[in-house]
Amino acid sequence: MTALIIRGGHLIDPAGGVDTLKDILLKDGRVAEIAGPGKLKHTEDAVVLDATGLTVAPGLIDLHVHLREPGQGYKETIATGTAAAAAGGFTSVAAMPNTSPVNDSPETTRWMQAPERGAVVRVFPIAAATRGSKGEAINDYAALKAAGAVAVSDDGLPILKDNIMREALAAAARMGLTVIQHAEDTRLTHIGDKVASMNAGPTAFKLGLRGWPNEAESGLVERDIRLVSELREARPHLHVAHISTAAALNAVRQARRNGLRVTCEVAPHHFLLTDEHVGLYDTNAKMCPPLRSAADRDALIEALLDGVVDAIATDHAPHAVHEKEVEFERAPNGIIGLETALGLSLRWLHHEWKMPLGRVLNLLSAQPAALLGLKGRGTLAVGSYADVLVFDPKAEWTYHAREGKSKSRNTPFDGFAMQGRVRWTISEGRIAYDSAL
Amino acid sequence: MTLTTTKTRRTLATPPVAASPFPYNPGSLLSAQDLTLEAVSHLLARATALENQDPLTRARILAKRRIALLFYESSTRTRTSFELAAKGLGADTTLVSDKSSSIEKGESLKDTGLTLRALGAEAIIIRHPSSGAAWQLEAETRLPVLNAGDGMHEHPTQALLDLRTMLAHLRPGVEEITAETLSGVTVSITGDILHSRVARSNMLLLPRLGARVVLCGPPALLPEVAAQAGPGIEIVRDFEAALRQSQVVMMLRIQAERLAGLQLDLDEYKAVYQLTGQRLAAFAPTALVLHPGPIIRGLELTAGVADGPQSAILEQVKNGVAIRMAVVERALAADQGGRA
Repeated sequence: MTALIIRGGHLIDPAGGVDTLKDILLKDGRVAEIAGPGKLKHTEDAVVLDATGLTVAPGLIDLHVHLREPGQGYKETIATGTAAAAAGGFTSVAAMPNTSPVNDSPETTRWMQAPERGAVVRVFPIAAATRGSKGEAINDYAALKAAGAVAVSDDGLPILKDNIMREALAAAARMGLTVIQHAEDTRLTHIGDKVASMNAGPTAFKLGLRGWPNEAESGLVERDIRLVSELREARPHLHVAHISTAAALNAVRQARRNGLRVTCEVAPHHFLLTDEHVGLYDTNAKMCPPLRSAADRDALIEALLDGVVDAIATDHAPHAVHEKEVEFERAPNGIIGLETALGLSLRWLHHEWKMPLGRVLNLLSAQPAALLGLKGRGTLAVGSYADVLVFDPKAEWTYHAREGKSKSRNTPFDGFAMQGRVRWTISEGRIAYDSAL
Repeated sequence: MTLTTTKTRRTLATPPVAASPFPYNPGSLLSAQDLTLEAVSHLLARATALENQDPLTRARILAKRRIALLFYESSTRTRTSFELAAKGLGADTTLVSDKSSSIEKGESLKDTGLTLRALGAEAIIIRHPSSGAAWQLEAETRLPVLNAGDGMHEHPTQALLDLRTMLAHLRPGVEEITAETLSGVTVSITGDILHSRVARSNMLLLPRLGARVVLCGPPALLPEVAAQAGPGIEIVRDFEAALRQSQVVMMLRIQAERLAGLQLDLDEYKAVYQLTGQRLAAFAPTALVLHPGPIIRGLELTAGVADGPQSAILEQVKNGVAIRMAVVERALAADQGGRA
């Protein structure tokens, strides 16, 4: 593998406490050397990337994506999904198991990581917590971990039964794995043969759509925290996926004060948009959990700023155009997000709401790495993986979904102003994305 | 937003909600909200003029124009009156229903709409069980789309015909509609508000003419958030108190097909919310009684009330044809070179 030198850039590595001009040498997939401008010792045979005026940071890590393989390649493939990730500055993505078949086996877990899939950044499978994600019997976490799974989850569905969730938390704790819960009490969101399709509230009433009450999320988070507390001795790690309500955030905040290992992620669409952005039945604003009220959205912003939120995750959920061009209630849940997370986070969190750049990058790299236990990622310390994002944090641009690398176009952010343009994304020493190409 | 927990309180900007691109076609009628008061005035005037016009002259207005009726739900009044209205103006109509078409084979709403357009339909009248279906159809076809009821959402021509009925009794002879036309009038709407598109269209239209809309029903069928649907809307849980304030009493059917597992004790419901002759005489002896139909005699109202002197239920049905003639005429007026 050719060595790479990134020269003249401003290195920000919050985990390593670096925030200054540095040159960096990448060799054999690792960070080999960091030195002041022009001071690298081992420069022979290296390709030089001129990062003058740009910022160099650890590659971003998305701990919640749906890559749709195996089984739903018409929505996305591991190749197109990771290309979208690279274009968005991500060098690692954690792929949810709600594929077809559900990833509940070591075979599927390995299949997803095989070189034949054509991934351009690292894919870390999250295996199903229960067999077929049916919530009835837990899987063999030891075998799944050995095959490369970094966490377990039934995402898309909750682990509803108390005894199964307790068993999952205990078994995962023994294996050092995180249980990621999709907190939706489906007994409150699926009524008869009808499924709630947006946030419960005045907007849902006006639109004549069945509402998804906040309690369906917060109630399950509270239940899960109670189980974590009961299992306190075993130190289970509960991670709440795509948290969307003030009440659930308060439960997480309280659990942490009580010393429990409970973390959470928030998606850009939840901290930016509200149920009013559904407009007149925009199926590209339909996801699960749904866009919430302004009060909940504001609580998410506050939680990001005060540090309760551990990570920004996209919940990248591609669907084909024809699947979204249907009646709102019939449209599948989910939006894509890999190519907009950085641009939106910098535009709003950093530029508008004044979160320091290093903290924004932490939420998108070091913190998700720590959460999933990804060693040597989320930092650019010498010896760590050569996962690098080189970008212009000041550049303003407009996102057009049709120009994206993802196979799908389902996003409410088409035409939105973005800040921060990716120049290169480097995954384990290889250039995975180059904006000039 | 305003941050409250940090020491320095500051207001943070967030992404604005984009303006609605609807309606794409000026001939469409998707929501009661889309009509200005001037447009409502004009439609009411045209309804009267068309109703009084010689049928043979009237039939030249839209002679041989093509209008499709796309019905994904059963209907008696709305379908028949739209069809009679379009035919009354001379248009050719065709009915496509979910039970006897390729919809049964899985054809999407988009493809069905595009197919009808390719067949020469110049406007589509749609009824559909999903809220928002009319908007989707309009976005896909860009044709004039008339919303004949979308799920639990809206039924704008029903609100217009209800208005015409109310005006005939409460404001006879009024020619121009203003923001004060219904000042001092309270319209109570009682029953299954949650699932009612009739209630939503009426509560969006009537307050703009100065009316006060009072919603009445049990929490399961009338959530508190209903009062936030727009200005001029209040909730009064006590049926008799609601009746006492009403000049217009609008009753709604319990929509069994949309209850979705909701448990409702009908005997209990009747005991509290049924409009009986006794209640009407005691609390609203001069009020106008309306019902969008279909009525279930002996449930939301008694047969005596339905057939009684205060009932204008069949007048509503009759007004449906006149209003829908005006709405259909408007749908095709934009691109017919002054033939209207």
